[in-house]
Amino acid sequence: MKYKLISSIALSIVFSVPSLLQAADYVIDTEKAHAFIQFRIKHLGYSWLLGRFNDFDGSFSYDETKPTASTVEVSIRTASIDSNHAERDKHLRGEEFLEVDRFPEATFVSTGYTENADKTAVMTGNLTLHGVTRPVSIAVKPVGHGPDPWGGKRRGFEGTTRLKLTDYNINFDLGPAAREVELFLSVEGIEQ
Amino acid sequence: MMWRNTQDGYGLVSIGLHWLLALAVTGLFVLGLWMVELGYYHPWYQRAPDIHRSVGVLLFGIMLARFAWRYTNPDPEAIGTAVERKAAAWVHRLMVALTYMLILSGYLISTADGRGIHVFGLFVLPASLSGLQNQADVAGRIHELLAFALIALTCLHIVAALKHHLVDRDQTLRRMLNIKH
Repeated sequence: MKYKLISSIALSIVFSVPSLLQAADYVIDTEKAHAFIQFRIKHLGYSWLLGRFNDFDGSFSYDETKPTASTVEVSIRTASIDSNHAERDKHLRGEEFLEVDRFPEATFVSTGYTENADKTAVMTGNLTLHGVTRPVSIAVKPVGHGPDPWGGKRRGFEGTTRLKLTDYNINFDLGPAAREVELFLSVEGIEQ
Repeated sequence: MMWRNTQDGYGLVSIGLHWLLALAVTGLFVLGLWMVELGYYHPWYQRAPDIHRSVGVLLFGIMLARFAWRYTNPDPEAIGTAVERKAAAWVHRLMVALTYMLILSGYLISTADGRGIHVFGLFVLPASLSGLQNQADVAGRIHELLAFALIALTCLHIVAALKHHLVDRDQTLRRMLNIKH
């Protein structure tokens, strides 16, 4: 009798441990716009010009017990660039900047994730923008995770990185203060 | 001083409007081609498009004035063979139509985000139709194509006028310069 009870308790513990250990897959919640891809670049060196890409999607997988196995994939429709000015955005979509007709998508595919003790991390990956693929590093900070009020589970991160425009063949001269653009990423994923 | 048109010829208002239009349209074309090539630090980078938009908006007023004047004036008799008269009538109609469509497409580029157009710092023409998908890009492509189409017709128009003047030696060009026989 005792053995049966002990073994059944032991078995249920053993079988529950793997579900605690599995990596979780998340879909980035772009449907309800709980994710943002923003950029900023200096205007003439006098102020920050802000903008974002409105249309993108992606997914990530995060393993609490094995963070180095975390992965991310994001696809951005470059024509959705939005800096709150029709003529400027038209210029940015055109031949002198993003050439969105030729390169309608920009993508990021991660290659590595190195977590620090405080859970901040560096995510490395390949960014394809304007037809050029280069390795980039994103400084990542977890924001939070947990259940939502509607039966789901969510996890969110923020990330920053910096790109040199000419690295991606964007050669229009915006002046010496505007050689680089800073990206701020905010993603919330819904656990699948 | 002959302001109004007669059966035989154009009055000074029609002639003035014609050459004002000719100047505005060719000027806008040249300005448009030049301004899109300017670097960000060029002193005319902001000024050239500003003038282009402002003249474009005023051009709408000129076109309305021309329409009102044509409606309330006799149309001098057309010169040339039956084919020439018919061709001229249709080319002229097409040139007018292209001009209106150029004004509209240009307007839709600049107002795509709901912003109005500042006209020479004197007034702001408000947006109306805005926020359409890809509005600025689609309107922009149309604007560019129509511009080349209008300039092509303008060249045809000039060649035809010179043909009447140098080959046929008739009144066609002379009466648009108010020169009597």
